[in-house]
Amino acid sequence: MSKGRFGIHGGQYIPETLMNEINHLEKCYEYYRKDPEFNAELDQLLKEYAGRPSLLYYAEKMTKDLGGAKIYLKREDLNHTGSHKINNVLGQALLAKKMGKTRVIAETGAGQHGVAIATAAALLDLECEVYMGKEDTDRQALNVYRMELLGAKVHPVETGTMTLKDAVNEAMREWVSRVDDTLYVLGSVMGPHPFPTMVRDFQSVISREAREQILEKEGKLPSAVLACVGGGSNAMGMFYNFINDKDVKLIGCEAAGRGIETGKHAATIAKGQLGIFHGMKSYFCQDDSGQITPVYSISAGLDYPGIGPEHAYLHDTGRAQYVPITDDEAVDAFEYLARTEGIICAIESAHAVAQVRKIAPTMGKDEIIICCLSGRGDKDVAAIARYRGIDLHE
Amino acid sequence: MSRINKAFENKKAFIGFLTAGDPCLDKTEEYILAMEKAGADLIEIGIPFSDPIAEGVVIQEANIRSLSAGTTTEKVFRMVESVRKKTEIPLVFMTYLNPVHYYGYDTFFKRCSQAGVDGIIIPDLPYDEKDELADIAQAYGIDLISMIAPTSAQRIQMIAREGKGFLYIVSSLGVTGVRSNITTDLDSILKLVKEATDCPAAIGFGISTPQQAHTMSQIADGVIVGSAIVKIIQKYGTDAAGPLYDYVKSMKDATR
Repeated sequence: MSKGRFGIHGGQYIPETLMNEINHLEKCYEYYRKDPEFNAELDQLLKEYAGRPSLLYYAEKMTKDLGGAKIYLKREDLNHTGSHKINNVLGQALLAKKMGKTRVIAETGAGQHGVAIATAAALLDLECEVYMGKEDTDRQALNVYRMELLGAKVHPVETGTMTLKDAVNEAMREWVSRVDDTLYVLGSVMGPHPFPTMVRDFQSVISREAREQILEKEGKLPSAVLACVGGGSNAMGMFYNFINDKDVKLIGCEAAGRGIETGKHAATIAKGQLGIFHGMKSYFCQDDSGQITPVYSISAGLDYPGIGPEHAYLHDTGRAQYVPITDDEAVDAFEYLARTEGIICAIESAHAVAQVRKIAPTMGKDEIIICCLSGRGDKDVAAIARYRGIDLHE
Repeated sequence: MSRINKAFENKKAFIGFLTAGDPCLDKTEEYILAMEKAGADLIEIGIPFSDPIAEGVVIQEANIRSLSAGTTTEKVFRMVESVRKKTEIPLVFMTYLNPVHYYGYDTFFKRCSQAGVDGIIIPDLPYDEKDELADIAQAYGIDLISMIAPTSAQRIQMIAREGKGFLYIVSSLGVTGVRSNITTDLDSILKLVKEATDCPAAIGFGISTPQQAHTMSQIADGVIVGSAIVKIIQKYGTDAAGPLYDYVKSMKDATR
């Protein structure tokens, strides 16, 4: 079996043109992840620039209202740029600098990763180009302008379904065209090795902090940790340091869109099948000819037909559980969190909040849940208003 | 001697690519035969895929046209079976790993063998991952054709030594598509290839003019043309047989 495997999943299924570059990236990452100077610089950026550690907030009103487990929210929404994506891009952009790259490219769905990489590129003086599906540039026009303000060039992608998967296709095509000076900064725990491992490592700061914070606050580990899953980067970050704590349930919340039986969803674990795409073996939504099928979710960030290979493995082994959450449930949870705790979270994160609302009441008051709030919801306000039939004029 | 070997015997091979089912499978069959009549030595048949990451716009759009017309892997096999009754020209599939994986490796290569397919090119299956299906392909006598890229450097000889059928030398960085200039030092790459193997080597990506075909056939054993052919099919639709014949003939003549 080749490198970068999680059980049968993962691997490096990419064109020959990229093989030397990806091997080089792997070597550089292996070197710098152990380099004290690199780690000191990254820690400094995470602390002084991104605002880490992020808060572990006790959601007291929500806890009382749901009447079961004690609920904590890991506030990745309070990071600079408003989501967990900054953790990964600071790591990869710093690595790009060390490798002597002068240019970074990236895909983005909702625009959170795009804004984060545009930010890191501005800070570290890297040229930055972001590929974003035309559907998404329309849905998330504000984030497009944010990226441009930060000095990035945004390419609307008009091929295929014009969403996240097509943005990844275009970013890969661009990388094949220009590998010398460019690093493709993948935004999730997906793609060919070493990306799933590298992105997970950079995101694992979430659970490293959360584990320490909960032990300090409560003196014990949670019964369950939850996170939303598209490609799965905030979930891998939230799960990673709890994997060896066998009594901690790991729950990933997938986008069920209009319902997993409607065909209008992005629920890869619930409805996908084993396949090989975007450089990795994992589960993918596909038709009976092995074509990747269009997926749908109200959340542009979860609108992806695959899932990272480590999640596929955690699913196979039963270590993590993956549940589908519909648009309706996510929008209800979005509104619920705003009213109950005064927090407007990303519609992606609201998928995890929706599952908390389902399970907290069934759990004992002595139990603890940690839910990752992966991002803030300013970007989603207009879309939620539309969903509720309210026409906003900006 | 295999059909692929014969394509390179005592001559420079002209290899034409088209996407199966663009604009429909009946026409694909007709166009394969027209290209053979014009002098093509080997035909690459693209099984369409929803997300062809190694392709430029021209072939991406051919994939979409074909899938929209209802092409499936199963229907492509039936078309190939029909073609094989009419010609002995070597036929090589070019597709992505997922449709093959979905069909089932064993079933897929068994079907290739029965239908008279000679080889397969899978751009998202690099040397390092070929254990995925190399043994199964070999068991059914299907050549798994490897690609060598301008960036392959020290990997060239490792790949070349295990070459099957022919080696696909990628002329340029980037995706498939017509290019006015090819700047890669192909002489050096071919020299390394030839030191490592007797397997024939054909150059593809970006070749569209008889002048380019002539130049490339001086340094390699064959030339591969895809996007320029697909463009003709895109332009003439169901009436492309004549223009394809003329174009392929001009390209083949340039390699002589």
